Amino acid sequence: MITRNTPFSRRRLLQASGLAAGTSLLSACGGGSAGSADGVVTMGSYQSDDVPKKAFAEMMAGFTGSEVKINTIQHETFKEGINNYLQGNPDDTFTWFAGYRARYFADKGLVGDISDVWDKIDGMPDSMKVASTDSKDRQVFIPSTYYPWAVFYRPSLFRERGYTEPTTLDEWLTLSEQMKKDGITPIAFADKDGWEAMGTFDMLNLRVNGYDYHVSLMAGQEAWDGEQVKNVFKAWNQLLPFHQPDALGRTWQEASQGLIQNKSGVYVMGMFMQQQFAEADLADDLDFFVFPEVDSAIGAKVVEAPVDGFMMAAKPKDEKLAKELLAYLATPEAVGVTVKSDPSVIAANSKADQSSYNALQKKAVKVIEEAEAISQFLDRDSRPDFANTVVGPALQAFVKDPTQIDSILASVEEQKKSIFATN
Amino acid sequence: MSKITTRPRRDRSVLLSRTDRVVLGLMLGIPLIVVAGLVWGPALVTVALSLTSWDGIGGLSDIQWVGARNYVDLATIYPPFWPALWHNILWLLVLFLVFTPLGMLLAVFLDKELRATRFYQTALYLPVVLSAALVGFIWQLMYSRDQGLINALFGTSIDWYGDSTINLWAAMIANGWRHTGYIMLLYLSGLKGIDPSLREAAAIDGASQTKTYLQIIFPVMRPINIIVLTITFIEGLRAFDLAWIINRGRNGLELISTLVTTNVVGEASRIGFGSALATIMLLISSIFIVIQLRVVLKGER
Repeated sequence: MITRNTPFSRRRLLQASGLAAGTSLLSACGGGSAGSADGVVTMGSYQSDDVPKKAFAEMMAGFTGSEVKINTIQHETFKEGINNYLQGNPDDTFTWFAGYRARYFADKGLVGDISDVWDKIDGMPDSMKVASTDSKDRQVFIPSTYYPWAVFYRPSLFRERGYTEPTTLDEWLTLSEQMKKDGITPIAFADKDGWEAMGTFDMLNLRVNGYDYHVSLMAGQEAWDGEQVKNVFKAWNQLLPFHQPDALGRTWQEASQGLIQNKSGVYVMGMFMQQQFAEADLADDLDFFVFPEVDSAIGAKVVEAPVDGFMMAAKPKDEKLAKELLAYLATPEAVGVTVKSDPSVIAANSKADQSSYNALQKKAVKVIEEAEAISQFLDRDSRPDFANTVVGPALQAFVKDPTQIDSILASVEEQKKSIFATN
Repeated sequence: MSKITTRPRRDRSVLLSRTDRVVLGLMLGIPLIVVAGLVWGPALVTVALSLTSWDGIGGLSDIQWVGARNYVDLATIYPPFWPALWHNILWLLVLFLVFTPLGMLLAVFLDKELRATRFYQTALYLPVVLSAALVGFIWQLMYSRDQGLINALFGTSIDWYGDSTINLWAAMIANGWRHTGYIMLLYLSGLKGIDPSLREAAAIDGASQTKTYLQIIFPVMRPINIIVLTITFIEGLRAFDLAWIINRGRNGLELISTLVTTNVVGEASRIGFGSALATIMLLISSIFIVIQLRVVLKGER
């Protein structure tokens, strides 16, 4: 009996394994549950690392309206499960990002309108209000902190070698030439995870074509195989020989190490890179300059500065409490806790106490105050199903073989048409 | 089957009591429901969803039927599709042609009671108990371009995980490292169970070592061979974890499974498009399963 039975159970096993591979992927992981007792407001948090988690709890403890129950979910898991989380049983309030990523859920009716909370907020700049507003002119997001993307370097290296901060592309190319002669990789570069190069692309696009073009390109209204986008890659091609080679196998942390070891000269990154310097006890030896100007008619006054903050579920258990909590989180006092514990971000509220800021944070505030416009980031300003599955791989393909850019862009345009045709 | 063997079976079925029939019904019915509900149901839903465009938000009314557009798109304008298909086939072939035979060969050697054979067994088996995440990490330490062991030893600066012409091979070696030990242990336990008198008889007849293995041991090992074959197929078809851990299946490490995940899981949520990819994977799996079942069932008559 045993020998006769085995083919059947084996067949079933094979069917199960073969089919399960195809089907089980459909059921993604669910979100956290929100059991809400009276007088408790819940907060879903992606702050899963120890240091921010502690600061987050401290910030919530400052809310006097009621107890705040924090459901911490691992950062990547939270982001990947967000669709299911919001459709399931979401917490009353939760951590999220500004820009398209916030508007998208508002358009789908998955988050609550908090315009009345905004009426009570003091000290939030207009640019933040714009970033928090959905397509129906409602505010749906409370900004908390943000950080600029810029070109980072070690002042000690610049002093030692007599380098100066470039303000135009030509100056940057000259500087890079010099660094190369000095045996330093001029521009640290990594694109293992597909999003890092989006920063460079965004900055170049903002310098070559300007902010308005960035917005309409991200919204799918411009041709990716058109002249404007090609000009971005032309500018990039001038810089590419100075980039650290073999970027596709390197993480941004590894590229930061190159800067720490003085093997690389500068690095286009978000200010969160500061954490790597802090770990190496070099927090004081880090500075940045804004991404240099490419076209003088466009200038260099747009800063990419992704905003992190909070949203409210479409149907919170206790709407009044949830809104009170969000109003509290928008105050300078609440955000003050976060910026003190994490010196790689700055407060969205301009009235927040800046006395604890380090030099880097102070400079970031100044740069953003002087900015004409603030963009978010490629994958925060565009549809996620386009940014992550199409643009990310396309930029990697460009880094791999820059000569293929025309066919890469043609392919992006074809996919864009197909994706943006659906809702 | 001959008449003689069928007749008693038919007679027996008549003799089944009521209880027997209920029990039989339950024994067949419950697995049938489980298979239909957990395997065929979701599979059919996947196929149905592959004809739609849906972002996973909202009810069934939000689903748009788009016909075969997802399939047309993935075959024509989705650049990673064809490479991924090829990588999947390559992954299976390399396991089948390189690492499974290697594991079997190591088992045959270790069966010879070498000195320190326990040590070798343990060393080779160790990777099997490690999770894919750990395997990926260990090999990252070997492969890393700037800080890796291999480049440090040879003074090279090869970007093992980043260079798309070699990273698939690098990943397959890391995967094979684990697979070889698995096969080795399975096969070794089979070899240990073989009656020594078979070998003695062959030796007395003057058969060489190789000949003994190929003509006597290998055929006797048939049940183990089938398990090894099955495991190789399963491992080959479910290739996913290592590629996902290394770089989320991009830049040279595309597999159909990683493309499904990229499109379905996460904020992207192109459920329809991802389902089309999953359906293709289902078809590929079916082809190999049919081949394998034919091999397995042949000779069991």
